[in-house]
Amino acid sequence: MIELLSYGAFFLTVALTYAIICLGLNVQWGQTGLFNVGVAGFVAMGAYTSALLTTPEDPVRFGGFDLPIAVGWLGAALMAGLLSVLVGLLTIRLRADYLAIATFGVAVVMQLCALNLEPLTGGPFGIGFIPRPFGWMAEDRLTFGLLNLGLVVLTTLGVYLALERLLRSPWGRVLRAIREDEQAALALGKNAFAFRLQAFAVGGAIMGLAGAVQAHFIGFIAPENYVPMLTFQVWAMLIVGGSGNNKGAVLGAVLVWAVWAATAALISAVVPPELQARAAALQIVMIGLAICIMLLVRPRGILGEVRTVSRHVHEASGKK
Amino acid sequence: MHFGGMRAVDGMSLELRRGEILGLIGPNGAGKTTMFNLIAGSLRPSAGQILAGGADITREAPERRIGRGIGRTFQIPRPFAEMTVLENVLTGAQHQTGENMLANFLQPGRVSREEHAAVDKAQGLLDFLTLSHLANEPARVLSGGQRKLLELARVLMADPKVILLDEPAAGVNPALLEFIIARILDLNARGTTILLIEHNMDMVARLCGRIIVMAQGKLLREGKPDEVARDPAVIEAYLGVAA
Ligand SMILES: Nc1ncnc2c1ncn2[C@@H]1O[C@H](COP(=O)(O)OP(=O)(O)OP(=O)(O)O)[C@@H](O)[C@H]1O
Ligand SMILES: [Mg+2]
Repeated sequence: MIELLSYGAFFLTVALTYAIICLGLNVQWGQTGLFNVGVAGFVAMGAYTSALLTTPEDPVRFGGFDLPIAVGWLGAALMAGLLSVLVGLLTIRLRADYLAIATFGVAVVMQLCALNLEPLTGGPFGIGFIPRPFGWMAEDRLTFGLLNLGLVVLTTLGVYLALERLLRSPWGRVLRAIREDEQAALALGKNAFAFRLQAFAVGGAIMGLAGAVQAHFIGFIAPENYVPMLTFQVWAMLIVGGSGNNKGAVLGAVLVWAVWAATAALISAVVPPELQARAAALQIVMIGLAICIMLLVRPRGILGEVRTVSRHVHEASGKK
Repeated sequence: MHFGGMRAVDGMSLELRRGEILGLIGPNGAGKTTMFNLIAGSLRPSAGQILAGGADITREAPERRIGRGIGRTFQIPRPFAEMTVLENVLTGAQHQTGENMLANFLQPGRVSREEHAAVDKAQGLLDFLTLSHLANEPARVLSGGQRKLLELARVLMADPKVILLDEPAAGVNPALLEFIIARILDLNARGTTILLIEHNMDMVARLCGRIIVMAQGKLLREGKPDEVARDPAVIEAYLGVAA
């Protein structure tokens, strides 16, 4: 029973870290139509930043600075946000497909940096001893797991509520207007470039934060965590849950992660050990299948886009 | 202004005087809409200047022009299809604190007050243009004529000093036409300067004190409506005799 509970806590914690990434992607794609195919790069930026800031000093590499975890998370969001601004400044003015290529490039470069800038990132072995929240409780596995779950739930909720407020604000309305018809939005005085850049930066910062949360929950990071597969998973989550819908982003993350974990469990139960490494590809197949079924049955995702209306409009017309 | 080898607007010049309703007419493809796009900044002229109240705005970005008081509607309406009619109009509001991302967290009270004021104003405009019963429908359900009205409501929300109207009455029924004419006169009486593109000569004659005729990207005539309508060169251009 306790085993099951602590596995449940573990599962949900990991799923929710993906949910945060997925919320970030939803700001970029779901709300603004910015095609980011380098999600992993922004997550990696956050993870490595927080790891450098919070790990104890290590003689063979730069840092760590032994700072509090909260500082690491803030730094992660900030650095990933800055990276997004930089990429955005260079590419958002260009055609949409250039942004896709550029973000893909960012992810590749970030992974290569993680792999090769050994003095900074620890190279292929990555960074260990990342402090875990409530680390002093680690002996009591269940309590420890539940406390961590609580922290991740709170973080996800905070991000979710902040995004809902933004998307139902005049700011969110301008984003939708720009996505619907840029020419018309320009004629009404909306600086499309500036708004897109902001949305891209907010989304990137959230991905960075998620990367940090993930890193601290697992305790170590390595370059192979931040491969295109991660980007693929997050996109699958958004498509399944419903692009343009924050609840959908969270739901999709939990469901797709469940498919992923269940397939892994099935493989380790049924497939003989010497074939398991190869059978892991089945996980990808299963997610691909989930996307295909979704696109056929419910192309807008489980929850689908909500017609977000500014909350003030609701209040005002409610009064009438 | 040229597209490839074709000169769509060439050596054209016009002056819009404060408080007037200036008509811009000419056969299909004369370059009227292109002229609007140049004034509104959607297109950059390959040569020439755009001045607004003495300032040179030739190179100014399109999204800055409304700040100068220049609003425009589109010949083919461009509603934000998935947004409600009311939200379409709200998007026209200028200087909204809530369009600053952080203000939504730091000054929620102010954002909320401004939004309430904007919603009241937008609902007033929808009443004015007889769209209020559609306020909460997505704009994509609107008919062609209703879209024209929405274009107008949206730009009026920005309180422009000058409005460029590109065929505001095209495709609307005669009753609605009278209605639009009355609305335009009303706006003008309240001090809005209007540049009107229109093919309906009757409407132009009733609204405009002065008319400019374009043909093949060039200025053909300028004058009072009745003078222009009798001008042989204008008649020729419309009938396509002159090439
Ligand atoms: N983006 C473009 N690319 C190429 N040619 C264009 C473009 N926009 C307009 N043109 C051409 O420029 C000419 C002028 O077009 P414009 O839309 O200004 O005409 P108009 O006077 O508004 O006509 P109408 O009364 O039919 O609306 C036309 O021959 C048109 O084909
Ligand atoms: Mg035209």
